[in-house]
Amino acid sequence: MNGPQDLGGQMGFGPIAPEKDEPYFHAEWEKRALGVTLCAGAMGHWNIDESRHARESLHPADYYSSSYYEIWIKALETLLKRHGFVTPDELLVGRALGGDMRPKRVLQADDVPAMLARGGPCDRPVGAPARFKASDRVRTKNFHPEGHTRLPRYARDKVGVIDAVREGFVFPDTNAHGRGEHPQWVYTVIFDSYEIWGEGADPTLTVSIDAWESYLEPA
Amino acid sequence: MAARVRALETILTQKGLIDPAAIDVIVETYETKIGPRNGARVVAKAWSDPEFAEWLKRDATAAIASLGYTGRQGEHMQAVFNTPQQHNMVVCTLCSCYPWSVLGLPPVWYKSPPYRSRAVIDPRGVLAEFGVTLPAETKIRVWDSTAELRYLVVPMRPAGTEGWSEEDLADLVTRDSMIGTGLAKEAA
Repeated sequence: MNGPQDLGGQMGFGPIAPEKDEPYFHAEWEKRALGVTLCAGAMGHWNIDESRHARESLHPADYYSSSYYEIWIKALETLLKRHGFVTPDELLVGRALGGDMRPKRVLQADDVPAMLARGGPCDRPVGAPARFKASDRVRTKNFHPEGHTRLPRYARDKVGVIDAVREGFVFPDTNAHGRGEHPQWVYTVIFDSYEIWGEGADPTLTVSIDAWESYLEPA
Repeated sequence: MAARVRALETILTQKGLIDPAAIDVIVETYETKIGPRNGARVVAKAWSDPEFAEWLKRDATAAIASLGYTGRQGEHMQAVFNTPQQHNMVVCTLCSCYPWSVLGLPPVWYKSPPYRSRAVIDPRGVLAEFGVTLPAETKIRVWDSTAELRYLVVPMRPAGTEGWSEEDLADLVTRDSMIGTGLAKEAA
């Protein structure tokens, strides 16, 4: 979706202002926010693509005025409501009001190291051979789907070159919406700065994205 | 927000959906076990051991796993090597993709709109904010992590470090140098 998350090339956000010796967390609640998000995800009722889509579906004004952990929590409330684990009333009063949803899994403390070490690999076998090979010229799709996609706006309808053929990965555009994993080949596609930014582009710059095969056409 | 997160944790705990002790372990892991020191060891080994560097270039996931760094947000790794001709910088314009297994949790600036918006269009301006000025002719390659590949920048080895141990070399490898918004520290 053309949402607030799609930031590449936008302007006006001010300085980056890196913090010297930044701590991992800036408040106690951020620690809990990280943990609650991971534990709730470990129940196994949604995937990373659906989570990302819940975050980018925040109202743009809300997205831009929230810190990243705030974005996580707001999106997590949406996911928990959507999947029937909490009700709006419960969020209002701050305690459980009944209901008996059994999750697929409950992450126990002892299992955390193994869960983190395992992660969530998204490589999958793809039935067909890769359509493109390194050095092929490709044009990215021009589209504006209302759902989730990982093709940023700045890189749509641009001609680039396949830098590397990667692996078969779960396709986020369907997976985010419960429409299946439909794995596709993923490629690193490299673009000249002028192709993307035109007049005034930094001539020493190249930008690459990782693109699923259906984002690409031969050029 | 503190009250809101507490409420959420309370509800989920009362319903038996989460175990608060698991949260404690997750937090402790990312505060004490998984951080940029992991990545620094990878880089130091690549500087010291040409065979490892070759492996890291070819199959970063396996090479990094051989040092014990695997898992969440590091399942599919790619290492990109800075050279005198090309500087590499990593961003996630669409969210906050970051190689947790080797760098730990991302800093706030990495997840925030100023960096995510500018890295792909004005990397030299970004670098200037980090106090880095590259020669005008150096090529800059910005890697936008739009899929599940996670990128680790291998900065150039500082001059005057011949014969250093991997532990000492690792001390020169900063988090930012592995994102590409910094360079390795100079030999003292």
